[in-house]
Amino acid sequence: MDALREKARALLEGGTVKVVIGYAGGSDPQRARAVFVRDAAQADQLIWNETCRQNLATYLNKPEVKALGKPALVARPATLRSLLQNAVESQLADEAVLALAVADGQVVELPTFAAIEEYLAQQPHGLTAEQQQELSRLAALSLEERWAFWSAELGRCIKCFACRAACPLCYCDRCIVEVNQPQWIPVASDALGNLEWNVVRAMHLAGRCVDCGSCADACPEGIRIDLLNRVLAQEALGSFGAEPGYSTRKDYALAAYKPDDKEEFIR
Amino acid sequence: MSQQRILEKKSLDELFGKLTAAGNRVLAPLRNGQRVEFAEVGAGQGGGSPGRDTASQIDLDYIQTARPAKEVVFPRYEHMLRYRLAGKDAQAEEIAPEARPTVLFGLHPCDAASFATLNAVFTWDSPDAYFEPKLAKLTIVGLSCTQGDAYCFCTSVGGGPGATHGSDILLTPIDGKRYLAEIVTEKGAAVVALAPHLFAPANGESEPERQRGATTEPGATATDLKEAVLAQIAPRFAPEQLGQRLPALFPRNGVWVEQSLRCIGCGACAYVCPTCTCFDIQDERQRYAGVRLRCWDSCGFGLFTLHASGHNPRAKQSERWRQRVMHKFSYQPERLGVLGCVGCGRCSRSCPADMNLAQHVEALAQTPT
Amino acid sequence: MADFEPKLVAFVCNWCTYAGADLTGTSRIKYSPNVRMIRLPCTGRIDFMLLLQAFGQGVDGVIVSGCHPGDCHYTSGNFHARRRWMLSRRLVDFMGIDLRRIHFSWVSAAEGAKWAELVNGVTEEVRKLGPYEGFPKRLNGRLKAVEVG
Repeated sequence: MDALREKARALLEGGTVKVVIGYAGGSDPQRARAVFVRDAAQADQLIWNETCRQNLATYLNKPEVKALGKPALVARPATLRSLLQNAVESQLADEAVLALAVADGQVVELPTFAAIEEYLAQQPHGLTAEQQQELSRLAALSLEERWAFWSAELGRCIKCFACRAACPLCYCDRCIVEVNQPQWIPVASDALGNLEWNVVRAMHLAGRCVDCGSCADACPEGIRIDLLNRVLAQEALGSFGAEPGYSTRKDYALAAYKPDDKEEFIR
Repeated sequence: MSQQRILEKKSLDELFGKLTAAGNRVLAPLRNGQRVEFAEVGAGQGGGSPGRDTASQIDLDYIQTARPAKEVVFPRYEHMLRYRLAGKDAQAEEIAPEARPTVLFGLHPCDAASFATLNAVFTWDSPDAYFEPKLAKLTIVGLSCTQGDAYCFCTSVGGGPGATHGSDILLTPIDGKRYLAEIVTEKGAAVVALAPHLFAPANGESEPERQRGATTEPGATATDLKEAVLAQIAPRFAPEQLGQRLPALFPRNGVWVEQSLRCIGCGACAYVCPTCTCFDIQDERQRYAGVRLRCWDSCGFGLFTLHASGHNPRAKQSERWRQRVMHKFSYQPERLGVLGCVGCGRCSRSCPADMNLAQHVEALAQTPT
Repeated sequence: MADFEPKLVAFVCNWCTYAGADLTGTSRIKYSPNVRMIRLPCTGRIDFMLLLQAFGQGVDGVIVSGCHPGDCHYTSGNFHARRRWMLSRRLVDFMGIDLRRIHFSWVSAAEGAKWAELVNGVTEEVRKLGPYEGFPKRLNGRLKAVEVG
């Protein structure tokens, strides 16, 4: 934490960046909140602990934040992945953000995409054993049980779109749900509308989602929508070798194909 | 002054039975895993919801639910009319607004107070045909708060953990076995009339009455017992302070930008808020038939104020944040005579960016103009 | 269910499967009348949401069919479709949507017999499953809404 504050002070005093986007203490001990430190004297607000979960990369899409000038961004590995995936999708220019990775009391400056790639190559890849078990447990339920579970979960969705706002890869100026010629996804928070919204969200992120979990954290109803993203990430990796956000190589699973992709399910 | 009665906790099952037998749908806070939500008592629900059969699944120790009870009078979506195209003709059929007699049981005073704001908005010029019948058939049995959390701020907005306004009956757990029941309105009296034997007088004259009644200590009234159990929620600002300050702060863009930098522009705060009333009207159709419905909307969304011309008077999140605060703490009090906030804290608990309305409003109350 | 007639919708590509189905007809091959065809230029155009929306309209089973890999009129549309199907099948199966009601196939313009066989097969499979009652239905004034809890 001290190293982070020191680094922030140095960066701001030196004029390397105009703002350090990081985490400060939140409304209760279990929460952190985003903070936009522009003055070296305010660097003491910055914290770093297990409450720092929100993917701050989502703020890079916000005009008021862009207006602050070149940012440094305190980034967990998942956040770093979303920076690279944004780069792949031409949403972020190289060296537009100074990423700060914090681990073991040290702060690593990652000024370029190449640096982020190199750093991420040394981080653990893939789902943890716990995450895999969670998916397997659900997948092992019968069809009826799975449907009962997801109908009940998605029945609570209020279509507030906090999941969309929290995701750095949901950057569309006009989301598909906001198009009404035609109204592709029903607006009402009824069973079909909720199902279709959540399926669309998961599918539009398929092969792109970096598994930061901010969507589920953001959901006011605590619905485990991150599981939908995760099962698709597992499939994209298993079937297509897709691992978004680890490099700037353009390799979107759904924009590519192999003549011999598995097709036992096609008659 | 409300009438005071004693209701024993073990009588709740019987009370619900009487309410249901009288044709009411009884909604109470029921535990669903980690969450407490308002749901129907005594209805074995299908479709994936666990069967909720008895009063024993009710959780009255909850501090707050995630979703507001406004759904009872202002549902997430509501059909208004259905139509069908037949050749060159269009046949439209109005859908009669549904209003089931409902008892909301166990609502905290903040939520009970919210119905006054909802009513002010939905009936200020012409009565809303979908809202009014539902409110008319709604009875609220409130529950005082014996605990709060860091997000509660009812005492800053004219409410309190034991406030009676908005409740038809207000229950306060004065000890492990009994509630003090304050009968506030005629609707409340009607509930008592369904099961008068369950409601004993609170300050008895005779010894047997006192035994069944509240006072076990000489000289202590039922009101004293109530005060002793209520949560302590320290006020953080006074609404009058804001009333004058906010209009002067309106043009200070810097203030609003600073406060809203971390806002991500989702609709969570408006949707979980018991006094937010914005709605959208949509036609959902498949070629030849469709429904017109209204559904929740949020002024926090970027497209909320987008005009057909392409102009957006609130294009920036800071302007939308300002709107939220001004609407609740300045425009509504000025125009409708009610505050647009009851201090329940849901917005702040749910906000993915930890925007904490009370903290922001406190800061505004102290910002020099 | 003896007298249940499943409603099927088929999303088919114009160049192969639609032509193949046409061949079935001109060959006077009889097959189950339960399917309604929706013709698209290419399977690559098929948005997965179309399938869910079909179910939302009250359909009991869906067939998706196009050109064999390598034969796509637009070169690679069906390859992209195949990837999309692999992902979306995994997702909907995980969510408990009945995959037995969604069938994918490659039917070329010359495979009139195969088309008939396919439709007959799917019709019987879905007949055994019964109507797809659990799936939430679209509110269009004709069908009753499935209420949210």
